[in-house]
Amino acid sequence: MPVLLALVIWLVCAAITAPFVLHTWWFPVAISEHARTVDSQIMLTFWVTGVVFVLAHLGLGWAVFKFGRKRSGPATYSHGNNTMEAIWTSAAAVLFIGLVLMGTSVWARVHMNAAPAGSMPVEVTGKQFVWNVRYPGPDGKLGALDIRQINDANGNPLGIDSKDPAGKDDITFPNLVVPVNRSIEVTLHSLDVTHSFFVPELRLKQDAVPGMTIRINFIADKVGLYELPCAELCGLGHFKMRAFLDVKEQGDFDKWMQERVAERAAQQ
Amino acid sequence: MAESHDHAHAAPTSFIRKYVFSLDHKVIGLQYYFLGLSAAIVGMALSLLMRFHLVWPTTQVAWLEKLFPAGAAGGLMTPELYLSLMTMHGTIMVFFVLTTAPQSGFGNYMLPIQIGAADMAFPTLNMLSFWITFVSYVIMIGAFFVQGGAPLGGWTFYPPLSAIPEAGPGQAMGANMWILSIAIFCIASLLGALNFITTTLDLRTRGLSLMRMPLPCWTWFITAILGLLAFGVLLSAGVLLLMDRIAGTSFFVPGGLVVSDRAVNHTGGSPLLWQHLFWFFGHPEVYIAILPSMGIVSQVLSTFSRKPIFGYRAMVYAIIAIGGIGFAVWGHHMFISGMNPATAIAFSVLTMSIGVPSAIKTFNWIGTLWGGKIRFSTPMLYAIAFVSLFVTGGLSGIFLGQPSIDLYFHDTYFVVAHFHLIMGVASIFGIFAGTYFWLPKMFGRMMNETLGKLHFWITFVGVYCIFGPMHYLGLMGHMRRYSETTGVKYLAASDPLHQFMTIAAFITVGAQLIFIVNLFWSIFKGPKASVNPWECTTLEWTIPSPPPHDNFAGHEPVVYRGPYEYGVPGAPQDFLMQNDPAEVSARH
Repeated sequence: MPVLLALVIWLVCAAITAPFVLHTWWFPVAISEHARTVDSQIMLTFWVTGVVFVLAHLGLGWAVFKFGRKRSGPATYSHGNNTMEAIWTSAAAVLFIGLVLMGTSVWARVHMNAAPAGSMPVEVTGKQFVWNVRYPGPDGKLGALDIRQINDANGNPLGIDSKDPAGKDDITFPNLVVPVNRSIEVTLHSLDVTHSFFVPELRLKQDAVPGMTIRINFIADKVGLYELPCAELCGLGHFKMRAFLDVKEQGDFDKWMQERVAERAAQQ
Repeated sequence: MAESHDHAHAAPTSFIRKYVFSLDHKVIGLQYYFLGLSAAIVGMALSLLMRFHLVWPTTQVAWLEKLFPAGAAGGLMTPELYLSLMTMHGTIMVFFVLTTAPQSGFGNYMLPIQIGAADMAFPTLNMLSFWITFVSYVIMIGAFFVQGGAPLGGWTFYPPLSAIPEAGPGQAMGANMWILSIAIFCIASLLGALNFITTTLDLRTRGLSLMRMPLPCWTWFITAILGLLAFGVLLSAGVLLLMDRIAGTSFFVPGGLVVSDRAVNHTGGSPLLWQHLFWFFGHPEVYIAILPSMGIVSQVLSTFSRKPIFGYRAMVYAIIAIGGIGFAVWGHHMFISGMNPATAIAFSVLTMSIGVPSAIKTFNWIGTLWGGKIRFSTPMLYAIAFVSLFVTGGLSGIFLGQPSIDLYFHDTYFVVAHFHLIMGVASIFGIFAGTYFWLPKMFGRMMNETLGKLHFWITFVGVYCIFGPMHYLGLMGHMRRYSETTGVKYLAASDPLHQFMTIAAFITVGAQLIFIVNLFWSIFKGPKASVNPWECTTLEWTIPSPPPHDNFAGHEPVVYRGPYEYGVPGAPQDFLMQNDPAEVSARH
């Protein structure tokens, strides 16, 4: 029994650790500086917790193996060891709190620093079960919204107020199209329930909360089409609420934007 | 330390007073235990349906339509039914299994006996707590059968999804039933908490100082304090949410919302307010679920290692620290919720601090085994496995407690893996350890060791096969609470892992039949248990198995020593009962 139990404990430990080491199932590609910083914080945490994980299981298995076998003499009579207790406690405290402090700057960069000047503003709004992205158009200003004017069939899913001149050139699009290597400031809204903006490749997730305006920013540095699913349970269609983050070369983006501007002008 | 006979009451003779509306803490403990067991069976069945749907979403299951005519028309599960099953699975498991069995079940049965009392401090209140919990359970199960079915908002019940009936099927009557049930559950838990606290403080027998209490008593005591402080908050939050739904208030719903193409008639509420209130309860709730199992595991590890627990005082302080800090970390559930990002830093430092007492406990458990003469009975196997699960589930918390990493892992399967291992499976392993350990005392019959070990091996390997792979799903960015993997392309890569987990889930849940058979067979047919079959030292092992109505037959035990005096040099045998007055040369 002791041999079997120790072996199973060690095998479980090895089976859980191996895919992490071999990268059998791994993160999607990272497409921003922020994503790579998050990855390095995750890797650091992997190593620290991995060592603790393996040591704890080695120790547990060894104790079972060594002290579970038949042997003569009584068990050791001991109520503990205060010195070891103190060492262990301090080591755990330094390790765990050190880790979180190291990660704080990563967190601050996304959430506590405003987007750099000259960032491109976009608005992303969740509603059951789609994302809508709004660009301010040539005037650089987002127009007012009026929920009474919401009309999906007329191409006005957000209810852009027809009386506000700033909204005349606003562009609504189902995907988030952005130029590569440009700072993007996303303003998140929700029309109904809480949704969550998630682009795995950006290592970025932020709830879109009804009644709140939440800003995040990112710089994608790799052209491509990435999925933008909803990560907060929002109802029966939650599993298929998805848009795309479409990162284009600046030239392609400008061309795309000109087409949208022309389209929008034709609607008026 | 009142005299125990103050609380004695005559043994009832009628069936109703003896087994149904009983005042006896032992019967009430068993009632809670079997309520938890029935809830666990329902909860597991729901999880199997979910696991099946995730892997074979297009396979028709004819009988499913009979069970859920609307949600599974043609034998195919709708996304909303999946979410209802998920919501009810989480709710039933958290409230009616993890809160009920280890605390109210074992605690009710064993706390008075371990402290040498004849009953709980307030027997009538105790009976009320159980029956109020029972009513709550019936209402919760009833939510399946009302118009629109059970709610789909997840056990965390975030508004506005949970506040606006039009936001989804099940969000109408089903959601009202859910809130009502939880509010009633909170009342029952508050009554129970008062009873546990008073009993621990007032009814300890002579010589049983707090620092001589067996560790399960410490965990039941601290858990009761957590319950007293946490359930009141959830009760208030639930009442406010119900008001938003039926009385036109707007505590949690802001203005300007459009649901199902209709403007919502609310203004001025805050969805984050609910999250704060919910998690102010919800995080301590995690410790309400796990602490009693820690106590049971400590007792079992010491007993079957034939060694005193390593660092008794450190264990007690760690329990208190986990309980205390546990009230200051709720914000780590809300890092990406839109709350002030500066508070995230405070919450994360506090969260990581909980790793310290948790590490102390792990270290002390291994220290208890070290140098012991381990006896591998089934309770011990579960206790050792608990340590492994606690380490695994605890370390993934080191990822999630860091806001910078939570940016990626939040709301993915990594979280599902984390809380299932540490709060669900570890806690249930504590319940298994407690069952195999105390059943001989509770029913006077031994459980079958062969079946017990078979159950253990399949379950231990099985739970790792179910929840281990979920960590990798989280790495891949797999969102939780997705009824299918078809809506997002990159999830297709996770299908083989899902298949593996589903097969593992069916095998592991199937193996629980071994436990159920063993449990009921042993209760009626198991070999007779002696007074102290495990050669354990605490007071419950000084009285007959099963214990008589008033536990100590009107006699008040006197305690002379701490709870885990095993292998004391100079003692006539390798254990010294707490009520053994023998002077032994060795001191501690």
